[in-house]
Amino acid sequence: MKLFWKTGEPYVLATGAALAIILVMSLALVGVVMTNGLGYFWPRSLVKYVLTDGTAALGQVTQEENNPLTGKKRLQLKVANRDLLGQDFRWIDEKDITSRSLPTDALLLERREHGNFFGFLTGVTAEGVSLTAATPFGQLQQALRVVSERMKATTTIKQQMSDLNNRAERYRLKLLKLEFKGAEKNSTAIAGLTSEREKVLADFARLNDQATTTLAEITRITAQFTDVSGTAKEISLAEIVALQQPNSMSPLAKCAAYLERVRELLLDDPRESNTEGGLFPAIFGTVMMVLLMSLFSLPFGVVAAIYLREYARDGLVTRMVRIAVNNLAGVPSIVYGVFGLGFFVYGIGGSLDSLFFAERLPTPTFGTGGILWSSLTLALLTVPVIIVATEESLASIPKGIREGSLALGATKFQTLMKILLPMATPGIMTGLILSMARAAGEVAPLMIVGVVKLAPTLPFDTNFPFFHMDRKFMHLGFHIYDVGFQSPNVEAAKPMVYVTTMLLLAIVIIASSTAIYLRNRMRSRYTTSTF
Amino acid sequence: MERAQHQENGQPILSVSNLNLHYGAAHALKNVNLDMARNQVTAFIGPSGCGKSTLLRCFNRMNDLVESARIDGSIRFNGSEINDPATDVISLRRRIGMVFQQSNPFPKSIYENIVYGLRISGVNDKATLDEAVERSLKSAAIWNEVKDRLNDSALGLSGGQAQRICIARAIAVNPEVILMDEPCSALDPISTLKIEELIEELKKSYTIVIVTHNMQQAARVSDVTAFFYMGELVEAGGTRMIFTNPEKKQTEDYITGRFG
Repeated sequence: MKLFWKTGEPYVLATGAALAIILVMSLALVGVVMTNGLGYFWPRSLVKYVLTDGTAALGQVTQEENNPLTGKKRLQLKVANRDLLGQDFRWIDEKDITSRSLPTDALLLERREHGNFFGFLTGVTAEGVSLTAATPFGQLQQALRVVSERMKATTTIKQQMSDLNNRAERYRLKLLKLEFKGAEKNSTAIAGLTSEREKVLADFARLNDQATTTLAEITRITAQFTDVSGTAKEISLAEIVALQQPNSMSPLAKCAAYLERVRELLLDDPRESNTEGGLFPAIFGTVMMVLLMSLFSLPFGVVAAIYLREYARDGLVTRMVRIAVNNLAGVPSIVYGVFGLGFFVYGIGGSLDSLFFAERLPTPTFGTGGILWSSLTLALLTVPVIIVATEESLASIPKGIREGSLALGATKFQTLMKILLPMATPGIMTGLILSMARAAGEVAPLMIVGVVKLAPTLPFDTNFPFFHMDRKFMHLGFHIYDVGFQSPNVEAAKPMVYVTTMLLLAIVIIASSTAIYLRNRMRSRYTTSTF
Repeated sequence: MERAQHQENGQPILSVSNLNLHYGAAHALKNVNLDMARNQVTAFIGPSGCGKSTLLRCFNRMNDLVESARIDGSIRFNGSEINDPATDVISLRRRIGMVFQQSNPFPKSIYENIVYGLRISGVNDKATLDEAVERSLKSAAIWNEVKDRLNDSALGLSGGQAQRICIARAIAVNPEVILMDEPCSALDPISTLKIEELIEELKKSYTIVIVTHNMQQAARVSDVTAFFYMGELVEAGGTRMIFTNPEKKQTEDYITGRFG
């Protein structure tokens, strides 16, 4: 036994065990997120239960557990039809079930509002559209194609309307500016602009009427459904996003439906206060914010580290600065948020507003949270990581390399640019990876400097000047918090939380892997090896 | 005889007089006086910490990098004062090249390593650079070994090759003096032999000052040897004289291995 301790073996075991625990915990976390997230989009069967009291329930089994009151088994059923039943979920005790079946014609409708509808199709009403299909389901699909065709027409109208709206807004801002400068001396310009603007507004109103009538026509195409207990429900086809008959789908069709849902998730806008639909604005916002953040923090951090390591005299002040920088990384992120709000948003943003956008006040332009201020706040939060990483990698370059360069008549700056910085790049990249991962996952400070639950527009679009740094944006991390804890329908939103988490993880992993790949390529070029 | 040759060359290329150097409170060089003649190899020998490397680093002002270093006295290079604050350190270092104890090739290709000194002085003409690479690699006796892989990383070379690349890199900017700080201490005997033969060759065009721990090496390659002890120059003179008939007892003790 004494020998066992003497060999040092126990310490090896202890270190191994520590690593194993960390691995198991991370894998468990990823595993839970993956199983819950990946399974969400798979079309699940609609099961019909007939209960002992004679009523029936149709839904997807989401969970099975022992009833905490009786200790008997019970299952959780997603029954949807929120507009009819008031709730998306219900619990059914196993002992109450008399029969269980999978009706092949059970229908799952994804609607624009009120969540999903589970039920059965009875008929289609479509004035002015000839439906040739034999079965009601065929007719429904035919009618849906017609509706989506007509919806496309309205989207082009809506696009034109949004363009007109933008033009009107630009005129309005110009007018504001002119009036602010002095209404009398600019009266002719104001009159001209006003008439221009009125023309645009008239066009807008005309298009709006057109869109309303088209939409009203489309909404008149409806289909009749009944739910499992026989209650009739009429739903306009314009309301339907997607429909499935999950009980009669082939595995291939299920795969197709799955992929379609993934596409929707990645590329579409959210619906139903973010609990349904896609995450595109949040993905876009997160990625753009992280990239902007790197754009600010990387150069600043590297330059600061270069000064600290290469130029500053190594005295008390330098050491204090270094300690302070290291400690900055430990400041709670919400403090950065508050600082960002006070300094960037109200301080710099407010001054920008009063200097350049005074005519728009009291409506703030930059004096309110936005993607620029969020990126700057997070850059401030992550810059210590980059400074530390850069300093470490500069410090690890052998003295002989510097002296070799200087001895050849290079200046300190030439040595830095031609030898030291290229050699330090892998280390700097490590810092960048860490800071990007941190920034992508940070939520608390963003909540006060620019993230919103639902942003109507992306911070980047085709309207001049393309990058709208003043706009608020959506973020996956905030989305998790909002959907998971602030949504009116938490149970229905649960899968979305897993999916969002998975996406956020994926973004961080993709970003880090790219950076790690680049770093390894550079490292193989710059590693020193003698003999 | 060697003493005579020493004086024949006339004006010494490097001339140290009354040089004192302090690292903080430590007195590293004590009143050193020494002349070095053109196209000769001068070897500095002495036990570790005797100040020989410190003196070597005074010649190209590498001690500027050490904040605590304080230098009094004079070092003249071709008659002009090195320690004068007005001296252009950049051009001084181009005229006095240096090779270090540990070979320190830059993480670049062999070609870029050689032309580094030229590029930083603003030479970017391809033909000039090509010519300089070939000339300096040939002078450093490594052309045949690397001519087919000039674009490979210099980090893949062996220790001896890397050291010769560093010598070639120093030669490429056409210096007048090459300082060598124990250039063979990290090399195997065969590489050491190659470098020694190279020094023999280089002395035709350059003045060489070499610091070495290896007394046989000093005896083999140098024309003049200077023995340092505790920051003082104990004795300097023709190598043969120092090794066969030293004037000072201390020198004899060190050379015969009685101490140090």
